[in-house]
Amino acid sequence: MDANHPANVAAQIARPRFSASADWIGLAAIFASAVVGYLLFPNNLALLTRVIGIVMLVLSVDLVTGFCGVATLGHAALFGAGAYAAGIAAAHFGITDPIAMIAAGAAGGAVAGLISGLVVLRGHGLGQLVLSIAIVNLFHEAANKVASWTGGSDGLTDIAPSPLFGVFAFDLWGRTAYVLGIALLVIVFFLLQRLSRSPFGMLCRGIRQDPIRVAAMGASVRKTLLKMYIISGMVAGVGGGLNAISTQVVGLDSLSFTLSAQALVMLVLGGTGSLYGAIIGTVVFMLFEDFVSAANPFHWLTIMGALLVGVVLFAPRGIFGTAAQLFDRRRRR
Amino acid sequence: MQSVLSIAVDALAYGMVLFVISIGLSMTMGLMRVVNLAHGAFAMVGGYLASYAVRDLGVGYVAAVVLAVAGTVVIAAPIERLLYRRIYNKPELIQVLMTIGITFCVIGIANYLFGPTLKTIPLPEMLSGPVDLGFRSIAAHKLFAIVCGLAVAAALWYLVERTPFGVKLRASVDNAPMAAALGVRTKSVYAASFAIAVGLAAFGGIVGAELLPIEPYYALRYMVTFLVVVSVGGAGSIGGALLACLVLGAVDTTGRYLVPEYGEFFFYLAVIAIVCAFPRGLLGRA
Repeated sequence: MDANHPANVAAQIARPRFSASADWIGLAAIFASAVVGYLLFPNNLALLTRVIGIVMLVLSVDLVTGFCGVATLGHAALFGAGAYAAGIAAAHFGITDPIAMIAAGAAGGAVAGLISGLVVLRGHGLGQLVLSIAIVNLFHEAANKVASWTGGSDGLTDIAPSPLFGVFAFDLWGRTAYVLGIALLVIVFFLLQRLSRSPFGMLCRGIRQDPIRVAAMGASVRKTLLKMYIISGMVAGVGGGLNAISTQVVGLDSLSFTLSAQALVMLVLGGTGSLYGAIIGTVVFMLFEDFVSAANPFHWLTIMGALLVGVVLFAPRGIFGTAAQLFDRRRRR
Repeated sequence: MQSVLSIAVDALAYGMVLFVISIGLSMTMGLMRVVNLAHGAFAMVGGYLASYAVRDLGVGYVAAVVLAVAGTVVIAAPIERLLYRRIYNKPELIQVLMTIGITFCVIGIANYLFGPTLKTIPLPEMLSGPVDLGFRSIAAHKLFAIVCGLAVAAALWYLVERTPFGVKLRASVDNAPMAAALGVRTKSVYAASFAIAVGLAAFGGIVGAELLPIEPYYALRYMVTFLVVVSVGGAGSIGGALLACLVLGAVDTTGRYLVPEYGEFFFYLAVIAIVCAFPRGLLGRA
């Protein structure tokens, strides 16, 4: 069966994969996993908060890669820009209110998304991939050069967020940061679900499937993709800002090619084109990495590599995509 | 003047090393349309094998190069047969995932077998000293790298443009189903060119070991550089890759000499400018 056949494409668009009630199930599942995570790892909330920050980054990669079909290996530029924007707001301008810092992160991410989008969208295929790598490395070198603002390779310190709503201080165990992270994730997830079913989201999916036809229908492909890049930047920026608040330091590694590549790997691992895939991929990858590197520090990279190869061989649509496919098949029988 | 010359020699040597390694990647991408992020891993395997052959087995340099290149091809052949063949016609993202996975495995295994330290490949006496060119002297191994680069470029040009194998190769690149219908065994052509690509990567890894030192994270560290060279040159174009290596080698080396505090800022700025101006690469085909 040809997935690109017009009839099948139309059928996919006409039949939303999840009904509105499934949205609430999704939100409830995030909430339930958050409680389970809190109960299972009460001493490791910092790791869980970092996972939430990276989930935002992977969701933002999903917006441009999974929804619009723009391959990118440079999305950490958006995440890092958000982290530095939040960190610089706190360290240099005295804006220590966590909500304001998150807003600064979203704004920084949006600006970085605009710049990245302007450059990356000029290329196609391999050129696009390389442009995105060049962008993240350019951001990295620039942040390293303006050390008076970013702290250079030592990292940006002196980030001391004030208590959330003036009441809940950021404690040593990271409980406040974790709850803030979960709240942000639920809000972002809810908004992105709306976005993915809006006419704008449909247009983006249409561009992934056939940009020429979308252009022929009268929509501007470039403008739509650029808009999506800015939205994606805001999501990644919120994640970066959250990371800056919870660790109280921003390092150059948040602007690295490695982080960008990892984010893409997590997304493909979970399954592209679905918000659930992005979340599941990130959680599985990061918890697996944490577990394996603690259990066997000598072979963890080999095991991670074998996991990736195994996913390509046995679950080419990613964990969530393949599971959804199996479920679908069983239901039709 | 003196510094201009030494920058030029360094840039040329660096560019040629990049060329020898990247040209194989350019072939795989142009022919099989595989984004092979594990290419650097094969260059690293070549370097490790050569280092092992010279230091632990006590083989001569030339014999070590031959052994290492052959060894890398032998290691890569089953990987091609078992893993790469499944991703030839798959989407880019799947290829990225698979080849990053292979890279991780190679890094992990190299780290386990050879340890995390730098491995050198002791040069024979002929290559370790300086060479007097009349007006100035340069390090022999740099001259050797330049000569190797030119030799590889010439040999590849001959292979692709003047031999029966080259005809089949170009036919498979242009239209694989049609070539197969005319009796070209495209699978064998793919396997052979994959072997050549891996062999060249290993050779480049050995020749360039003085400039790009062999250590477990080599495969990740230079992966981006090789990918950049291919896209700037245009996948599948020998001349394009050569031009890209010379330009990027010059930009990178000049940047390191004159404005070291900017790191690779100007390198990536040049990459963005070139890719935006030539979306198909300098000499890539439309």
